[in-house]
Amino acid sequence: MKNNRAIISVKNLVKNYDAFEAVKGISFEVYEHEIFGLLGPNGAGKTTTLEIIETLREKTSGEILVDDLDVDKDASAIKRIIGVQLQAAGYYPNLNLTELLELFGGLYNVNINPAEMLAKVNLQDKAKAKYKELSGGQKQRFSIATTLINSPKVIFLDEPTTGLDPQARRNLWDLIIEIRNNGTTVVITTHYMDEAEQLCDRVAFVESGEIIALDTPDHLIDNLVASGFERKKEVKKANLEDVFINLTGRAWRDN
Amino acid sequence: MQQKYNNTKATLALAKASFRSITRSPSAVVFTLAFPLIFILVFGFLGSGGTKIDVAVDPKSDMQNPVIAALQKIPMIRLATNDTEQNINSSLQKGNYDAVINIQKNPSGLPAYFTNVTYTSASLDKGNILKSVLNELTYRLNMVNQVPAVTEIRASTVTGREYRTIDFILPGQLGFSLLSTGVFGTAFVFFSLRQNLVIKRFFATPVKRSSIVFGEGIARIGFALLGALFIILIGHFLFKFTLINGAVTVINMLIMALLGLIVFMGFGFVVSGLAKNESTIPPISNIITLPQFLLSGTFFSINAFPNWLQPISKALPLTYLNDAMRKIAFEGAGLWDVKHQILIMLIWGVVIYAVAVKTFKWE
Repeated sequence: MKNNRAIISVKNLVKNYDAFEAVKGISFEVYEHEIFGLLGPNGAGKTTTLEIIETLREKTSGEILVDDLDVDKDASAIKRIIGVQLQAAGYYPNLNLTELLELFGGLYNVNINPAEMLAKVNLQDKAKAKYKELSGGQKQRFSIATTLINSPKVIFLDEPTTGLDPQARRNLWDLIIEIRNNGTTVVITTHYMDEAEQLCDRVAFVESGEIIALDTPDHLIDNLVASGFERKKEVKKANLEDVFINLTGRAWRDN
Repeated sequence: MQQKYNNTKATLALAKASFRSITRSPSAVVFTLAFPLIFILVFGFLGSGGTKIDVAVDPKSDMQNPVIAALQKIPMIRLATNDTEQNINSSLQKGNYDAVINIQKNPSGLPAYFTNVTYTSASLDKGNILKSVLNELTYRLNMVNQVPAVTEIRASTVTGREYRTIDFILPGQLGFSLLSTGVFGTAFVFFSLRQNLVIKRFFATPVKRSSIVFGEGIARIGFALLGALFIILIGHFLFKFTLINGAVTVINMLIMALLGLIVFMGFGFVVSGLAKNESTIPPISNIITLPQFLLSGTFFSINAFPNWLQPISKALPLTYLNDAMRKIAFEGAGLWDVKHQILIMLIWGVVIYAVAVKTFKWE
């Protein structure tokens, strides 16, 4: 990251649900063109934080800028420059993928070529398929295609690889890296540390509504090692997932 | 690079998507088209018959006589000439035959024939009609070659517009189709879009909430009006449904359909907000649609209901839609002539949308 311009800046963000403090005054910045990971256990406040930045949820207090636009004043301008993939979003019933993309094109006011969009996420063969007929990995790739419609500056991916098999997961990593290389900033949440280590330029650990660490994966690991930490079992040069991929092949499985 | 965001474009994209979705949804097609068409077909064929009187001819009758020949020319009377005596008697008791007729030549001269009629208490009203048909027939046969001594009745009937069963049934079915489409369709679609987070995903785009409501509304109204047009045209061309002023009548009916649909969609919005889960939508919707189905003059005129029921009938919006539709189609009323009905529907609309604003949920 040559120029560390903050495309998202969050200052003292607080979100209370009645008496429950879901987010307790967190601050962080996401730099342009990086893949930024929000890591943490379920209920830590990752999705809430994401949805507040996405202007889908009201915050209790704090200040958030997305590409210098304020979430309080410019929500609709922010929506036009971001792409959002929700954890469990559904799509309009009875429509095929091409028709769904046309719909989103209309919602974003952009003229798109659905076939081109599908080709970007390697779903060109599924143009006439319905969303519910897709496999888990295909659904996630389609969701990502809908986030790219408005050529956004930032996309938000909420647990995109949860429930996918190793091939589908790696395939999605490649897609995410490609999107970043095309100049889009990516904010991602995940439970998988190997994924964060491979994919993310910087990660923030969220726990009980607070950020307890924020750095590059390398630095965080080095710091832990420097503090004298040692794994109980000596690390081998490959792990079981490498064996799995090696045996079953890297090719994408659709069924 | 940023052009101004165009809400109309987003609304139309939603309307297009929703319209496609509706045409592929079996329940929408069944409620809007299939149900009303089935009822119209059934009543269309039932209604074309009019009153028929079934008369059996006793096998012991003399068949070569002018009475039988005259009866056969009367369209209202269906003569059964080759049934057995046993079968005739049992059918008579069940009311399957309305009467049996036995004609004998008079061996002793004049009158040339005796006509013996046996009526059945199982079908007294039709027996009475037959009685007057026979009296009239006898009179005419007896008058042949005679000049009346006192007076001759010269009756004539003004040719009126024929009010067929379809003229009553079709507007009722149309109204009910609009009611079901408006209530069930709207309730299901907004509930499921909310439940499946489709709306939440929409909210992540720059689209306005009003565009979502309008887009859905345009699609549903467009579909229902096409359905209504289809039903009217099928009724008109297959079953001679009366459209007194032709195209103008159709346009007036579609305007009423639009008004009715908007009111009924308000009920749908309320139901989608009240429903806690998908399976509570049908019962809540039925509470709204069934009473109107039964009490709003869909199948029978509300005049046929007991007095204590009539105020309830007269409070329901579908009653006024049906009433206005019948006046427009059969009597050729213009929209101004049904302003009373329109006013009551508008009041319903204001009330129901006030409730909908309170109960509707986005998330």
